[in-house]
Amino acid sequence: MYLSEVSTELESIVDASIKKHNKFLIAVLQDIQRHYNYLPEDAIKLVADKLEMPLRDIYGVASFYKAFSFNKKGKHIITACLGTACHVRGGPKIVDAITKELNIKPGETTKDMQFSLETAACLGCCAIGPIVVVDGVYFSNVKPTMVKKIIEQTKSGIEKTDIEKYKHIFPVKVSCPRCNHSLMNTEHLIDNYPCIHITVSFGRKHGWLRLSSLYGSYSIESEHEIPMDTELNCFCPHCHTELTSSFECPICGANMVPLMIRGGGTVHFCPRRGCKGHMLDV
Amino acid sequence: MKIKIDGISFDAPEYFTILDAARFLGLNIPTLCYHEGLSPGGNCRLCVVEIGKGDRTKLVTSCTYPVEEGLVVRTSSERVIKARKMTLELLIAQSPTSKVLQDLASKMGLKQVRFKPKWESCINCGLCVRMCEEQMKAKAIGFVNRGNKLEITTPFDMESEDCRKCGACMYICPVVTLRCHGAHPESVLCSGCYNSLQPTCTSNEDNYNCWMGLKNECGTCYNGESNENINENIK
Repeated sequence: MYLSEVSTELESIVDASIKKHNKFLIAVLQDIQRHYNYLPEDAIKLVADKLEMPLRDIYGVASFYKAFSFNKKGKHIITACLGTACHVRGGPKIVDAITKELNIKPGETTKDMQFSLETAACLGCCAIGPIVVVDGVYFSNVKPTMVKKIIEQTKSGIEKTDIEKYKHIFPVKVSCPRCNHSLMNTEHLIDNYPCIHITVSFGRKHGWLRLSSLYGSYSIESEHEIPMDTELNCFCPHCHTELTSSFECPICGANMVPLMIRGGGTVHFCPRRGCKGHMLDV
Repeated sequence: MKIKIDGISFDAPEYFTILDAARFLGLNIPTLCYHEGLSPGGNCRLCVVEIGKGDRTKLVTSCTYPVEEGLVVRTSSERVIKARKMTLELLIAQSPTSKVLQDLASKMGLKQVRFKPKWESCINCGLCVRMCEEQMKAKAIGFVNRGNKLEITTPFDMESEDCRKCGACMYICPVVTLRCHGAHPESVLCSGCYNSLQPTCTSNEDNYNCWMGLKNECGTCYNGESNENINENIK
């Protein structure tokens, strides 16, 4: 036993995670990291006890992956992309600007524990670089002058950021991954942008569904009212293929709906009403 | 498993690695992170050999590569020697104070180290990690971080509860156990012991039997005789 006294909170998190992930170490560590924003020493020792593994193996795994951290992270995590595409478009200048603004280097946290700065090798959306991600919200085509604004917005609460005022939550143009017909409907605007038009069925109902084309907006309109937590079957209105993929929603586990982005890449969204699971794959 | 090592046909048992087969035949492959009592690690890359035919040859670590039917191995080709020398240069640059490494350099005839010496006391060979896990059953130390930050240490850099302080990790370490203080600050090489070494080769060795295929070059297989005499003897 590495740990003699355990806080009940930690124990319940670890127990639930181990049960959920069938004793898979990395998934358990990810759960702890997500909850605390870092891996506390006690948590690693507890996982070692629970999984009956030597501590050095777990410490080795946790130190190997950059996704895990042993130091306490700030409330907001700013990730600046320094991949090849973002690098040539001025990614390092963005990092410098953030460093100057917050007085922290990449990998560090401000003294008031509000911000942590990290760099990423590539976030997979090179077409809209340089990218800065703050608490999961993507800011595209960032210039050094915009850094101050982004940080101020984060301080006031990124959730409250008005999409219409802030143009850098970007609109996407998508098409069917099977027949490549455009799914954009320019006649109906949602969030003041052309919407994405697909057909859906749930239960015995079949009808159209219009989604906001703004990445990060969850506004929808639909022919029939869709009860919460209903998993929809989505179809292309042109070729009538069911839009589904083997990717599972990171939040609820439903099979994600893929849409091709004009200019390359795929955006996946979760077909469950009310679930905010989505991912961008460029 | 019918294999061919340095032109010698050999019927090797299935569980043999290339290194086992070579040692069985008396062919010398230098090793650093290999130990009979431990599982092979393949970390130090000194035991590389060339396998394959024609243009499609590749370098593999002989300590981890199991023999396979029809395998053709060369343990001392030009490419192998070059790769080993480069590896040893890197290892010595990491830790010039290791007597084991300096001796290997002397035997291989390493003339220069082109890298900036780091004077570290660990070459990440992983012998201590395997010793601690397999022989001592303690699993107290392990690899931490990765890439250029890789190091061997205990979790959180603190005294480990798993450690019994048996000292096996120190015993097996090729760097800290035997220190060499003769390393020249500029060339980083020592070769002090090498000059007073007795010849280690037997008199009836041939080209295949020689250390690294460096017959006559390493200097340990003849005593005071000139190179010409040696060549005549072979003829």
